[in-house]
Amino acid sequence: MSPLPTFSTMAPEAGLKQAMALSRPDIIETMKQSGLKGRGGAGFPTGMKWNFAAAAQAEEKFVICNADEGEPGTFKDRVILQDHADLVFEGMTIAGKAIGAKEGIVFLRGEYTYLRSQLEAVLDRRRKQKLLGKAILGSDLEFDIRIFMGAGAYICGEETALIEALEGFRGEPRNRPPFPVNTGFLGRPSIVNNVETLASAACILQKGVDWWKATGTEHSTGIKIFSVSGDCGKPGVYEFPMGITVAQLLKEVAGEGAKAVQVGGASGLCIPASQFQRAIAFEDIPTGGSIIVFGQQRDMLDVLHNFLDFFVDESCGQCTPCRLGNRKLLEGVELLKEGKCSMAYLQELCALGDTMQIASKCGLGQSSPSAFLSVVKNFREELMGRTYSHV
Amino acid sequence: MLMTDRERLAGEIKALAEQHDNCRTALIPIVQEIKQKYRKLDDFAMQVIADQLGIHPVEVYSVVSFYAFLGSAAHGKYIIRLCRTISCDMQGKERVMRQMENDLGIRFGETTADGKFSLEWANCMGMCDQGPAMLVNERVYTRVTPERVHEILEECRRSFGVHATEQKEVYLV
Repeated sequence: MSPLPTFSTMAPEAGLKQAMALSRPDIIETMKQSGLKGRGGAGFPTGMKWNFAAAAQAEEKFVICNADEGEPGTFKDRVILQDHADLVFEGMTIAGKAIGAKEGIVFLRGEYTYLRSQLEAVLDRRRKQKLLGKAILGSDLEFDIRIFMGAGAYICGEETALIEALEGFRGEPRNRPPFPVNTGFLGRPSIVNNVETLASAACILQKGVDWWKATGTEHSTGIKIFSVSGDCGKPGVYEFPMGITVAQLLKEVAGEGAKAVQVGGASGLCIPASQFQRAIAFEDIPTGGSIIVFGQQRDMLDVLHNFLDFFVDESCGQCTPCRLGNRKLLEGVELLKEGKCSMAYLQELCALGDTMQIASKCGLGQSSPSAFLSVVKNFREELMGRTYSHV
Repeated sequence: MLMTDRERLAGEIKALAEQHDNCRTALIPIVQEIKQKYRKLDDFAMQVIADQLGIHPVEVYSVVSFYAFLGSAAHGKYIIRLCRTISCDMQGKERVMRQMENDLGIRFGETTADGKFSLEWANCMGMCDQGPAMLVNERVYTRVTPERVHEILEECRRSFGVHATEQKEVYLV
């Protein structure tokens, strides 16, 4: 049984057929009405993104599916691609019609190379079924999809870095604006959407706006797919409505009694037990779906150490706040573990974290200090004056 | 006519580049293909790629050195990538690492003297609910325990030498 009940109950290609009957502005209007926000974590309204790209004038446009799922603790896109690839490709085709693109590219992370042959087979079948290629379902719509393999870089989950990689460059994020919806792949208008966003778009076209808005909260509509790992009884992929509280979620995954929950992966927030009543939604705790549960036995400094090792390794090195800031935070965690960090220096590190959030060029550096800052704020009594034996 | 290895490599790169109209967007796919086949990317190969795409070889090196799955150095027949990110870490990747190093006699970041195995770290590979996870080339192993390490390495070794079966080659490579 697939862990994704909503995606499993979708009738094949019903969303696409629905979209074929609609005009381009109507498809975009539907997406806007639904209130769907980007499922990769940034939460940009999908309808607005499609609208910008649709309005841009160009000979060529591109629909790019971001399957470079690299956020620690996230694996929902892998499950969606394994079990519901058709729904993702359907969403891409709908997006292609909406913005007027003829080419779609799936940017699949190198770690998921083993999924490629299976996805290529689905694409081949769709071409035979006239769901891709020229004259889709007998109309004048033309759209095809190819797969591009990533080469192992977390930063390529950032949309402009992803485009740089597609173009054959180092995955270093660009300045925004201009945004990809105007100047994207090869300088053409491009939309970059997460795997889950595209699958959700296909569902919305099929079942309608009201059905989608019936779940979730006012500002975060619909269902969300979560990847749950760490110290809980039932790790795995789950579908929950947006707005679920951390406590409710923990109950579902048999993770009650947790010390803290990391929501949104390494670049997300570390939520202590006292705040488990908070809701997971864009208006409270935003997330791309990564939930990592920490049991009572976990040392938060070990967790931070792991996260900062990750960021030091994955920073592209382009801008100074991120390249050096993460390194200084890592050294700070090492000092704390040795019990050699003064309060004044800890405060300085927090100020550095604030600076990184403001001054870094892209989302990586802007969000990498979040975990550090939230642990310092919420678990202060664990941090200071530790004895050497903890190391 | 005798064809040197270099000529053959150059011919292959040219053919690959032409499939993509010698366009720079083909850089990463070309490097991926050549690396998979030859398990390294030397200066000569980078020069030929650069010539084909009309860019400076330093540009090729700059891209190749950026990505964790590329890199110009030679690697073993099997690249073992163990996930070191938080969930796999909490599920005991440290002991798997130690056993892997013991069984192969090399450290992470190194390749065995016979050129068969390379040990590398990977950042989150999306198997967090089934850790510790690792990739052997493209194949994924989940819930790896220190005891299973030997068995997995033997599975790879069976594809070397006279006892190798073709089917296993195909499965693992």
